[in-house]
Amino acid sequence: MTNEILFMNGYGLYVWSAFVFTLLSLLSLYAIVKSQYNKEKSKFIAKFGTLNSERAAFAKSQSINKEILSNIPNI
Amino acid sequence: MFEYFKPNKIFSITSKAPKYVLFLFIVTLTVGLSEALIFSPEDYKQSHSVRIMYVHVPAAWISLGIFSTLTFLSITGYIFKIINFFLIAKSLAPSGLVFNIVALVTGSIWGKPTWGTWWAWDARITSMLILALFYIMYIVAWRIYEKNNKAFQITSIITILGIVNVPIIKYSVDWWNTLHQPASINILSKSTIHVSMLFPLLIMTAAFALFSLLIFLMKYNTELIKIKNKGLDRL
Repeated sequence: MTNEILFMNGYGLYVWSAFVFTLLSLLSLYAIVKSQYNKEKSKFIAKFGTLNSERAAFAKSQSINKEILSNIPNI
Repeated sequence: MFEYFKPNKIFSITSKAPKYVLFLFIVTLTVGLSEALIFSPEDYKQSHSVRIMYVHVPAAWISLGIFSTLTFLSITGYIFKIINFFLIAKSLAPSGLVFNIVALVTGSIWGKPTWGTWWAWDARITSMLILALFYIMYIVAWRIYEKNNKAFQITSIITILGIVNVPIIKYSVDWWNTLHQPASINILSKSTIHVSMLFPLLIMTAAFALFSLLIFLMKYNTELIKIKNKGLDRL
């Protein structure tokens, strides 16, 4: 059973390489997009931290800004 | 109706959705991989090499579907001046390109044991390669013209030119003599694929569609935060 799944009548190398390539491609794309997301979010939080209280209150009044900051504690 | 497509309305949903979509994707992919690699039968002619179909075909379907959606969003966005449609299209493009590359590479791997060659300038393979070039042009155009409204115009032109290629990909196997077999799955007529192979194919398609949705949500949120970053600079 295990041998059949691994070697697949001599086609194992082709089948497994196709599946591994697919999964690695998806994983790479996920990692790239996730890092871009985290980078932009950190940039936003850093910029928000430099605002004075009046501007911070104004920025926080906008719904998207509020959403972005919603899961960051102590802001 | 277009009020519902405003970023403010969408962000509250898109910021929470990725974790649920990721969970659904992992579950669907696990079921799909088990079916594709273990439980589905081997083909009487191609033996186990037929299993490559479970990643190759869904990847091709998703890349074609995403490009058609990009074109629809770009044209509608351009006509009705809905900037958010361009943002949605831009966020969909990376997963479309990756699935296009996956379809090309896995097709090449499948070609070796089936046709005896890694590559042939067959009508369908060539037209899929052209689609990948259109995806690259689309993504590069956004990078070049990011700070300019010209991006809307250029990316719309790219999608309009690229969409001409989509029916060519679909019907290339009927119009020309190619190495590819004609379609086994038809919506309007009876499919020639057995249900034991159709089931894993549909599960893997659902898994890839969920992955595209996940990448779209994360990319779309990134684009919105990028805009908001610029907004904070102007405060």
